[in-house]
Amino acid sequence: MSTKGMAYIVGAYEHPTRKATDKSIAQLHAEVAKGALADAGLTKDDVDGYFCASDAPGHGPLNMIDYMNLNVRHVDATNTGGSSHMIHVAHAAQAIASGKCSVALITLAGRPRSQGQEKGAIPRADNPLQPDFQWENPYGITTLNIYAMVAMRHMYEFGTTSEQLAWVKVACSHHAQHNPNAMLRDVVTVEDVVNSPMVSDPLHRMDCCVISDGGGALIVTNREIARSLKRPMVKLIGAGEAPKGQTAGAVDLSYSGAAWSGPRAFAEAGVTQADIKYASIYDSFTITVLMQLEDLGFCAKGDGGKFVSDGNLISGVGKLPINTDGGGLCNNHPMNRGGMTKVIEAVRQLRGEAHSAVQVPNCDIALAHGTGGGLGTRHASATLILERE
Amino acid sequence: MAERIIPDPNPNPETEVFWEATKGGRFMLRYCGDCGKTHWYPRAICPHCFSDSSEWRRASGRGKIYTYSVMRRAAVPYAIAYVTLEEGPRMITNLVDCVLDELAVGQDVELVFKQSEGGYAVPMFKPAG
Ligand SMILES: [Zn+2]
Repeated sequence: MSTKGMAYIVGAYEHPTRKATDKSIAQLHAEVAKGALADAGLTKDDVDGYFCASDAPGHGPLNMIDYMNLNVRHVDATNTGGSSHMIHVAHAAQAIASGKCSVALITLAGRPRSQGQEKGAIPRADNPLQPDFQWENPYGITTLNIYAMVAMRHMYEFGTTSEQLAWVKVACSHHAQHNPNAMLRDVVTVEDVVNSPMVSDPLHRMDCCVISDGGGALIVTNREIARSLKRPMVKLIGAGEAPKGQTAGAVDLSYSGAAWSGPRAFAEAGVTQADIKYASIYDSFTITVLMQLEDLGFCAKGDGGKFVSDGNLISGVGKLPINTDGGGLCNNHPMNRGGMTKVIEAVRQLRGEAHSAVQVPNCDIALAHGTGGGLGTRHASATLILERE
Repeated sequence: MAERIIPDPNPNPETEVFWEATKGGRFMLRYCGDCGKTHWYPRAICPHCFSDSSEWRRASGRGKIYTYSVMRRAAVPYAIAYVTLEEGPRMITNLVDCVLDELAVGQDVELVFKQSEGGYAVPMFKPAG
């Protein structure tokens, strides 16, 4: 059974904070829940399904449900890192289509910046019980060098250059200048990016996203309730999810799970890449964007470098505007998880509520795509295709 | 320059055999008794066919750099890599005993062991020759 057209995003809220020294993590979750419900025109008592990932402190969803004093009949704590909350949208649609809930609340929040994680170059605090831990931890694996190795291989196989990668950051910075909440609002050039310090070859500091506190929330509901509200109708028409790992040693870093999640979402939606007016593309690093655009079929494999160049991702300039909020590269990356804000900006675009300087005219179909985990080790790709009704 | 401190691997009952072997200078791969394939990282149940019959065999220790990255921001810069083993699998490792700026994808490398904090012999690679 397809869930095409059976669920609508009626509430979307991004926390304005970027450094929340004076708030608890649970408080941030509740604040974004409140914000998304207000955006939808619904109340706490309307919520009958709750979705969160491991950024919600506690035993799956239990502690946040109790903290917010929710009364729900459906829960889902699927955790795939930064793509979790995009997968939650798809799973909420499935629950709504099968009658398991009618108003789903999805929350993300965290405060890595306030907790002292100002840099991404430190080894990850992985669980020693993870089966892969002992085969990676001795080697100084970090989120940064996992992605850097993918970029290095892409350059080797396809001739991609640092200048081409830099264009992704340039595009995000052009958008971020219009976002008063963005952490980095200065417009940068390709030269600025390639002249920023090399952090993990071939990635420069400006190839990396920001580390920020904050969060976001979404409300997903059925058609009947969506029609009763006063907000524009944003319908989920296609979804795909795909984990990709090291395949028992047959590692191939030339593609990501987007090569599987993308076709699944496009097939369900019945639309093609040419129909997508705006795309939110997970930008943990510049290479992440380039890889995903290829795998989603916006250009041929290996042509990502050419595709992102010369402002092609800048709203009003190029063919495929992406991350018009400034993305993870310039705006925010709450709790090191960027899938939530990708969906939120896609909803803004479809509603016509993006900043006027970056709003895509007649934006009727948008795509949001995320990669959670490590692009070069194991990750989960998630693709959502949304349509304004 | 100071040496990088290598964290311990934290072996468990499934993998103690491997880490005992490295202390004796042997780098072992696991081969499936049913489908005949090898894999990385070593597991008790074959990740190709789920067979529980497998044996350890010594690997040649030869490989090629599939990709790598030099972590410039660390207290002691180091190179992480995927190395394609002669036997087929690609493993995450470090490239050591080399000039970091002269590494290249496709380069031939050979096995070398480096001691972790707690005295484990961790398999790494250096330029061949
Ligand atoms: Zn087998």
